[in-house]
Amino acid sequence: MSAKTTNQRAWLLVAPVVVLVAFNAIIPLMTVVNYSVQETFGDNLFFFEGMKWFEEVLSSERFHASLLRQLQFTFIILAIEVPLGVAIALAMPRKGFWASVCLVLMAMPLLIPWNVVGAMWNIFALPDIGLLGKTLNAMGFDYNFTRQPFSAWATLIAMDVWHWTSLVVLLAYAGLSSIPDAYYQAARIDGASAWAVFRYIQLPKLKHVLTIAVLLRFMDSFNIYTEPFVLTGGGPGNSTTLLSLDLVKIALGQFDLGPAAAMSLIYFLIILLFSWIFYTLMTRGEAK
Amino acid sequence: MARIDLKGLRHSYLPNPTTDADYALKQVDLVWEDGGAYALLGPSGCGKTTLLNIISGLLCPSEGSILFDGVEVNDKSPEERQIAQVFQFPVVYDTMTVYDNLAFPLRNRGVPESQVDARVRAIADMTDLTDMLNNKAAGLTADGKQKISLGRGLVREDVNVVMFDEPLTVIDPHLKWKLRSKLKELHQRVRVTMIYVTHDQTEALTFADNVVVMHEGWVVQQGTPVELFERPGHTFVGHFIGSPGMNLMPCELADGGARVSGHQIDIARKIAQPKAGAKLELGVRPEFVTFVDPDRADGLPVDIVSVRDTGRNRIVETDFAGHKVRALVAEGMPVPERRAAIRFDPTYTQIYADSWIVE
Repeated sequence: MSAKTTNQRAWLLVAPVVVLVAFNAIIPLMTVVNYSVQETFGDNLFFFEGMKWFEEVLSSERFHASLLRQLQFTFIILAIEVPLGVAIALAMPRKGFWASVCLVLMAMPLLIPWNVVGAMWNIFALPDIGLLGKTLNAMGFDYNFTRQPFSAWATLIAMDVWHWTSLVVLLAYAGLSSIPDAYYQAARIDGASAWAVFRYIQLPKLKHVLTIAVLLRFMDSFNIYTEPFVLTGGGPGNSTTLLSLDLVKIALGQFDLGPAAAMSLIYFLIILLFSWIFYTLMTRGEAK
Repeated sequence: MARIDLKGLRHSYLPNPTTDADYALKQVDLVWEDGGAYALLGPSGCGKTTLLNIISGLLCPSEGSILFDGVEVNDKSPEERQIAQVFQFPVVYDTMTVYDNLAFPLRNRGVPESQVDARVRAIADMTDLTDMLNNKAAGLTADGKQKISLGRGLVREDVNVVMFDEPLTVIDPHLKWKLRSKLKELHQRVRVTMIYVTHDQTEALTFADNVVVMHEGWVVQQGTPVELFERPGHTFVGHFIGSPGMNLMPCELADGGARVSGHQIDIARKIAQPKAGAKLELGVRPEFVTFVDPDRADGLPVDIVSVRDTGRNRIVETDFAGHKVRALVAEGMPVPERRAAIRFDPTYTQIYADSWIVE
């Protein structure tokens, strides 16, 4: 009988990753879990409160209102950015000098730091000195994003579309470039219309990259903080207070660690749930 | 249905071609008769696909003209030319069913649904797709998908020509044979002109009644498989078709025959006087080289170098006055050892001047 030797040294190789993930994700997350079930006082006094903060957050109207705003925001930008991104990618030249020019132009907004994007749009849209705000008012529109909720929303969405449609464009463009010429040639020979080429060749071939684009845009837009913070600060009133802005107000403004921690976890679970739903819907019916 | 004439076609992918080397197609003049089964044979990069795309209208030639029934179609789109093409890799519309894939070219042309149905079912029957008509095309295997591509190529009744660009590349060997016989059978049933592009001589010779051999942008010979075998028009045809290829050796003309390293070799037909200064070669296929009694006067003395058994016959490599000459010996026939003599069949011994046959 031969003795079974087990080599445990492989653990040493994964140890650095385990340590990294622990400090990077697990420990901070567990700290939040810890806060979410306790009442905190000064002098590091903690009292166990069970599910109290979760119940409070889930039944709070303030949370419902920011969640609804968040869902509206995400739905609107997805409904604009995905079709627009695909349309721009379809219109871009496939090769040559202009293809490179277009790609560089498209990559530009993605390279700008997020708070700079917020500051740029803030100044751009100011009704008295900003190019956009002043022009709109000169054209007879009553536009003031610091006072009117509708103007604030329109500016916020325009900013996000400007900032992030490029990501969808680049992904869709990469997907389109990977379609072999033979498909287009076959379609020409089969007498397919431009719409049929899009519907039966380009769209099916883009399905995978669009799944990724929708997931990324969903998660990023659901997490959005910096740009609306710089642009509107959540105002006027609470009209553009999205989930993350509200969360920061509770955690750092009011220093309610317990409710903020409970809200963070709920927030995280919502994103996870929606991502799973999107992914399942978009990949259903695929050959196993 | 149409007869297709190609006149003085030249094509270059470069914007300003100057020398011959810049052209992918150097000079092509061909006639494709209506209803023929043609093969376009040549190694990779010889210009086959370029020529095919010019006929189908996916490419516009740099020079020359394409005529369908005598009418120039250079500026016509693939759709207007009424052609069908099957590509090297299967092209299917993934989200459609097999049925919808086959119906697609007809529906795009506004054919009434009752005719579409009859036609799709007939084609599905010919290509063995009937059982899968309601399946999504994405789920099929590579050869299933290629059958859809073939079916889409054959589904229209009004096409002038169906072109196949190495359509069996992705197919398993045992299915290749089946699909090839199927195509041949389909051709006999529908009688539409078919052009089959391939680099595989077996595929070309079994499918086609007429084979066009291409080499470095030139059409080097067009003829039946027998003509290509018995009388290669160019040394490239001699060596590309047949296994092993034609034996070639430098020679000079003398006394109505040829002379190789001082040995007189008979040639059955009368040879025209080649251009002065041309490089002359004598070519004979291994099938037409036989061993003879070493004492015979017209025997050419050789040394046996090696014998390779291929199953049905043996390839004997010999050394004839410093030239490598291979002979094919049928299974069961004796092969002499070491010193021997060979003879070339005068009917099938050809003379080439600068690689082209001397008539």
